[in-house]
Amino acid sequence: MNFLLKITGCLAISFALAAPAYAEQSPLMAQFGGVEKLQKMTDEFVELLLVDPRTRGRFSGADIPKLKILLGQQFCQLIDNSCTYTGKDMKSAHSGMGLRNTDFNALAEDLQIVLEKNGVPFAAQNKLVAKLASMQRDVVTK
Amino acid sequence: MRKFGSNTLAGVTLFALCVAAQAEGINFADQGKLLATGGVSQVEGAGGGGLAPWALITGYGTRDSIGANVHYTRVNTNDQSLATYGVAVGVFDRVELSFANQEFKFHEGLLSMKGQTRIRQDIVGVKVKLFGDIVYDQDTWMPQVAIGAMHKKNKGLDIPVLGVTGFSPKNLGAKSDDGTDVYVSATKLYLSESILANVTLRATKANQFGLLGFGGDRHDSYRLQPEASLAYLFTRKLALGVEYRAKPHNLIADNEGAAYDIFLAYFPTRNFSLTLAYVDLGTIGKEIAKSFGASDYGSRQRGGYLSAQVGF
Repeated sequence: MNFLLKITGCLAISFALAAPAYAEQSPLMAQFGGVEKLQKMTDEFVELLLVDPRTRGRFSGADIPKLKILLGQQFCQLIDNSCTYTGKDMKSAHSGMGLRNTDFNALAEDLQIVLEKNGVPFAAQNKLVAKLASMQRDVVTK
Repeated sequence: MRKFGSNTLAGVTLFALCVAAQAEGINFADQGKLLATGGVSQVEGAGGGGLAPWALITGYGTRDSIGANVHYTRVNTNDQSLATYGVAVGVFDRVELSFANQEFKFHEGLLSMKGQTRIRQDIVGVKVKLFGDIVYDQDTWMPQVAIGAMHKKNKGLDIPVLGVTGFSPKNLGAKSDDGTDVYVSATKLYLSESILANVTLRATKANQFGLLGFGGDRHDSYRLQPEASLAYLFTRKLALGVEYRAKPHNLIADNEGAAYDIFLAYFPTRNFSLTLAYVDLGTIGKEIAKSFGASDYGSRQRGGYLSAQVGF
């Protein structure tokens, strides 16, 4: 009996410890399929930017693997703050690129296309895109 | 000759703008706005929803570019139809110019004259974006705000079988055949909620959008009329919304009231959009129809609305 109680106690404690690991994923992140899925979609998004005639010319000389990781961090941070973005601020990251609204919008649209393809609900996509939209002021300089 | 002159001027202006754009190394028609953010063509030819003009500038040109479109809209209610076609240009996402022609007809009965009876109206519109951006201002409460004007010229009632052409709405009690509406629109995209809201305040003398002339024997001063639209974005290609538009009651002979609609706008590409709606335009000319002996004339004009826009 005593042994059983101890086992139950152990189980309860392990569940209690294990639970936060699951609870950490916010409902919004769950709609994106979790952090791992988000990174996979971000990779796919960058690949699309590199072939889209509207955007591909903007990435010459860029460290693509690093860009993928940084963007993944940024999206994750914007979705539920469960990651830390370690890249430059938007203004210095895009200074001198001479980006226009049409470039910014093409990028936003490619993100929507990839998220849509991966089954992220439109309402959830918009919560991320809304946060990115306001970065236009720092990103677009022309 | 005069027409040739204005066309030449327009041509030269466009050419100059194009050269300036090329010199700057930018795309003259970049089609760079996000899908659906060019809106559709409202019933008077301006960029907006179905009934109300919105603060957004028509077309898909960004602030570095120009966008243009043509549209055809048909409203079919119980007893009447309204066909509008027009062309609109958005310049540098700042100024919008629109030209539209409306033709209003009666389906059947004494007024219809075998579908020949019609009222025609020309509308020239201009809109200027003042401040705010519907897409980028997601971190502030600031809407996109624009002011606009629509000058309308009612060309009168034609009843070809009776040899009547250009019968003036003044004969029904209107004070003028032409008029100018002035409006201010505020449009806000609550992107994180997938909701778009618009409020327009219009100073107008128009009777039934101007189809029954301007000013009247009941009232002949400008009236401030509110218009509102609320839409939910299902996907980046599909929006569902409702609209309300108040109209003044200036004519004794016509018990004019507000118009409503529920619409579904579909944007398969930047070059084409289709809007389907169910509209309630309120009472239009019921008393007038009665005086012509049409007893079964609907007290509210309700029916379908279909609008197609092709842009480049």
